[in-house]
Amino acid sequence: MKEQPQASRAEQRNEQRQNLAGWLWVSPWIIGCGLFLLAPIFMSLYYSLTDYPLLEKPLWIGTENYRRLLNDSDFWLTLKNTLIYVLWTIPLSTLVSVGLAALLNRARARSLFQGAIFLPSLVPLAASAIIFMWLFNGEYGLINRALGVIGIEGPAWLLDRHWAMPAVVLIGVWGVGQAVVLYVAALQDVPEQLYEAADIDGMGALGKFWNITVPMISPVILFNVITMSIGSFQVFVIPYILFDRVKGGPDKVAYFYTHYLYDNAFIFDKMGYASAMAWVQLVIVLLFTALLFALSRRYVFYRGA
Amino acid sequence: MNDSADKSATDPRKGPLAAALYVTLAVAAIVWAAPLFWMVITSLKPSEQAASASLSPLPTPASKTLEFAANNYSAVWTDESVQFPLYLRNTLIVAFLSVIGMTLSSAMVAYGFARIPFRGRNAFFAITLATMMIPFPIIMGPLFVIFSQLGWIGTLRPLWMPAWFGGAFNIFLLRQFYMGLPKELDEAARIDGCSHWGIFWRIIVPLSKPALAVVALFHFIYVWNDFLAPLIYLTHRDNFTLALGLQMYQSRAGNTPWNLLMAASTMVVAPVTLLFFLTQRQFVRGIASGGGKE
Repeated sequence: MKEQPQASRAEQRNEQRQNLAGWLWVSPWIIGCGLFLLAPIFMSLYYSLTDYPLLEKPLWIGTENYRRLLNDSDFWLTLKNTLIYVLWTIPLSTLVSVGLAALLNRARARSLFQGAIFLPSLVPLAASAIIFMWLFNGEYGLINRALGVIGIEGPAWLLDRHWAMPAVVLIGVWGVGQAVVLYVAALQDVPEQLYEAADIDGMGALGKFWNITVPMISPVILFNVITMSIGSFQVFVIPYILFDRVKGGPDKVAYFYTHYLYDNAFIFDKMGYASAMAWVQLVIVLLFTALLFALSRRYVFYRGA
Repeated sequence: MNDSADKSATDPRKGPLAAALYVTLAVAAIVWAAPLFWMVITSLKPSEQAASASLSPLPTPASKTLEFAANNYSAVWTDESVQFPLYLRNTLIVAFLSVIGMTLSSAMVAYGFARIPFRGRNAFFAITLATMMIPFPIIMGPLFVIFSQLGWIGTLRPLWMPAWFGGAFNIFLLRQFYMGLPKELDEAARIDGCSHWGIFWRIIVPLSKPALAVVALFHFIYVWNDFLAPLIYLTHRDNFTLALGLQMYQSRAGNTPWNLLMAASTMVVAPVTLLFFLTQRQFVRGIASGGGKE
């Protein structure tokens, strides 16, 4: 520590007291962050290099778990399924939520419509899964009954290997309410003068949307896309419950990464192997986020920057 | 877009596009509300009517709706193989302890970050923000090991004890809020001889009640909805929470009829819905303040 020569003893003591007080006030979080977040991360790094059935001691095996992953077809399958899910969910949810927000922003009685769209995002996932299990029921489900009214014979959804994944994606899109609220808030902040100026220039509605609205809300789009992708890489509860009779759905088309990780850790009793999966997942999520940030430098517009 | 559409687009509240706007929104609202609506509708019917081709919103005879509903809900509530009253009690215990701990500790930590300039503050806050990116599946295994070392497995503690040590997002949210409160207030209080403790309780907490309410509300919803952590850390059936019990009710041997499953789901969804209608404004404002500042 470097001491400033002109600092008096009283000032020094004051600074020390400040440091002590500061660390004291944040001390609960030192434990919270250290014991429940950072320690587990490093533990899982260590476990990933061991063979660890929970009831025995971890046995060091070096990078063996990672090598096994490369030859594990379920690892590749669940990784592929998860990527498909992410790549469907993110664009679809973004389009739907920006679209809905743009409409809501122009409507009166907004809170009524917004409430209806937001509420599903608060429904416990366990309940959402069971509700949609019923709605997607091939025989009596509301969705196929409604399709029947307009003369379409719906698929067996959750039992059909082509429709199981779209069903999971649709349930995800149903829960976009929080993103919609964020977009509406962002749209309200776009200065009206920009649109007025565009009117004078004779810009069309679509032109205004692309040249004014999208750039102005692009920081919020970035935020939502990042939180959504971190969330959808972890997709677990909905498919876990939806396909509890046939794990992973028909032909395992809806067997996701986190579910396989959970199985390894708590069902197959392979904590070491599960930890290797966890670290691969962490690296993928970080790379994906870094990619998004890199892209954002090009496409995201910051006011005043 | 052609010219006529373009003109009305400048004020869609009046032009012919207004109708299209409201029709689209109404359809969207109906589509989004339909699953919950149908859940309630199904819970009001006897099982053979629920699993039928009928699209009618009420059972036949409609006059017996209340009777049917009462039968369904009491069948779920008193079911022997699941114990919803017990699960409700567990969920409320966890929610109560967890919400108090989370709100209190996050508020104190946020005060430290917002108001006391200590050495290492910025670095620690940066770490705090970074931890928000950690996916739960990465740490869920080691957490199980930590909880069993602490002797918490087999109790409800893994679900509420960690909340007493703060949460990154809530700390971030409250710190933002505190930074917006005028600093002159604490300086004046300090001149009057107030300690940090006094400033926190007499000035910051009273002024930040709305923000604290948002944190408490969000955390309650989080706890009420949480499924994965209870699935992993609750090993005794007697400790199950509602979300877990609901899934068990669905997956137990033999087919649970849809009307009863929907009655059980309605019971789990209803409190969150009620809370939402009571506090819609705080919700919307809270969410907007969480992400809008990025």
